[in-house]
Amino acid sequence: MSKSMAPTDLTSAADAVAVRKAISSVSRPPPASALSAALTFGWRGMLKVKHVPEQLLDVTITPVMFVVMFTYLFGGAIAGSTADYLDYILPGILVMAVLFTTVYSGVALNTDLTKGVVDRFRSLPIWSPAPLVGSLLGDSVRYLMSGTVIITLGVALGYRPEAGIGGAVAALALVVVFAFGLSWVFTTLGLLLRTPSAVMNAGFMGIFPLTFLSNVFVEPETLPGGLEAFVDVNPISILADASRGLMQGDAHASDIAIVLIVAAGLTAVFAPLTTRLYRRG
Amino acid sequence: MTTRTSLAIEANGLVKSFGETLAVDGVDLAVRAGSVYGVLGPNGAGKTTTIRMLATLIRPDSGTALVLGHDIVAEAEAVRRAISLTGQLASVDEDLTGRENLILLGRLLGLKRPAAKGRAEELLDAFGLSEASGRLVKNYSGGMRRRLDVAASIVITPALMFLDEPTTGLDPRSRNQVWDIIRALVAEGTTILLCTQYLEEADQLAEGIAVIDHGKVIAEGTPAQLKASVGTGALHLRLLEPDQRAHAAQMLDQALGAVTLAPDPAGLSVSCSDADRAAEAIAELARSGVRIADFSLGQPSLDEVFLALTGHPAEESPAEERPAEESPAETVPGELPDPEQERAV
Repeated sequence: MSKSMAPTDLTSAADAVAVRKAISSVSRPPPASALSAALTFGWRGMLKVKHVPEQLLDVTITPVMFVVMFTYLFGGAIAGSTADYLDYILPGILVMAVLFTTVYSGVALNTDLTKGVVDRFRSLPIWSPAPLVGSLLGDSVRYLMSGTVIITLGVALGYRPEAGIGGAVAALALVVVFAFGLSWVFTTLGLLLRTPSAVMNAGFMGIFPLTFLSNVFVEPETLPGGLEAFVDVNPISILADASRGLMQGDAHASDIAIVLIVAAGLTAVFAPLTTRLYRRG
Repeated sequence: MTTRTSLAIEANGLVKSFGETLAVDGVDLAVRAGSVYGVLGPNGAGKTTTIRMLATLIRPDSGTALVLGHDIVAEAEAVRRAISLTGQLASVDEDLTGRENLILLGRLLGLKRPAAKGRAEELLDAFGLSEASGRLVKNYSGGMRRRLDVAASIVITPALMFLDEPTTGLDPRSRNQVWDIIRALVAEGTTILLCTQYLEEADQLAEGIAVIDHGKVIAEGTPAQLKASVGTGALHLRLLEPDQRAHAAQMLDQALGAVTLAPDPAGLSVSCSDADRAAEAIAELARSGVRIADFSLGQPSLDEVFLALTGHPAEESPAEERPAEESPAETVPGELPDPEQERAV
């Protein structure tokens, strides 16, 4: 068939002259630096929070419910009064809320992989871990938001950190740093499992018991021996202790150090693993 | 004929398998710089895997390829600086707006923020997407999404662009728009490797075509050569009076060759390689009193091309060519097509 069979329809939707002009009007700059590429991907993560705020809602509502339920249902029974228990549980719930959010980093990555956009990212001349580092930087902002919601709720319910705002901010910062390290575990999971819901299930199957088998909700002294031993070495207990300490102004430097070392260790192992899996496609 | 420097793609013996499935089995390609080169084949033939190797997304198991003079394995970074990829699924972020997608790519490709914004506006205007620029891409129509996809590929104009089935699933109008954009790109000097399932698309756009089946190139040449080897297709007729079909079939059989009766009681078709002879046959039918409702001389379909080249119709191979292809459990071993997946002709 002759080529004139296909009528030129460009004028209605795309202007042929403008298309040709757009094609020729730009010259190639040097590609973005590693930092700039990672920050750009962080910006992408922020845009997603803006366009799909439900994501944030999902992971905030559960901890909010936990604060309210545990404080008023069990607070009196566990700690003698709801006010005392709130003092104990709030820094713990902060840890839980932020760590639960990290599972979604893996879910988001897995969702990305099912779409064509990842192929485009991988064909760009950029630092190859940039999409991953950037997403986690973006996610860290989500962790901050989720943590802020919990602290604000605590204050509204009568919680007063002895170390003041500075202590609360320091606790939040420490939790977010740990979450950044932990989220590499879930991005690895996100690249290994087939579907976003499989990542979600596997993620929560891990993080849920780990969070409950810690000192987030109860003093470990009340537990049977074996369990108490486990709870004492659970990094989440140490993180909860450190965050309580920072908020009350009596944190142990050793707790903070262990938290930072674990976060660095997780990053050192799982960040390269994630990058390799991601590059392999 | 062509010298090495004028080749945008030069692939020799590319092989890639996923688990037991051999997706690409020794593909050679030579694509002249500044041309559109079509890779024609059914789903699962190995087109997407070939593109993914050339675009440095996956490494070939064996074989070599130079893209714009750079080795796809050893100099992957240099290749990435000169190409862009428009994948089979639209390669844009559905959870962002059209404008945000273009700014994102501009920033990643090294434009400063104001330049990236300006570039995004320019492309949105040129591609007729200004009005939709603030809407999330998941609310775009198929045609708009494809235009955005192509726009995203030329935020910085690439020397070589991979287009994987750019018009699959589009209505004819959107398809023509995409074709016009491709022509504009070529006019500005970009080389395009176009994967398609449609012979007509390759014919409209490509200077050379490779037909690929079960991971191998089974025919190569210009569209004219390819069509000459398979015939220009078929003359399809529909009569006003079904009663006259037997008579018409007999006449056509004598004039042009074996006639196929369509399921439509008034329809029939005959393979025909010559428009003049088809016209004569129609005129003769009319003279003999057969009343014709409509007729068309169609391009050979992909199935007809495959039938002519391989003796079997185009089949969908079992290996689905998506990222999941690399997990062995997902792929079905063996090269034999699953009968349930055979394309309905």
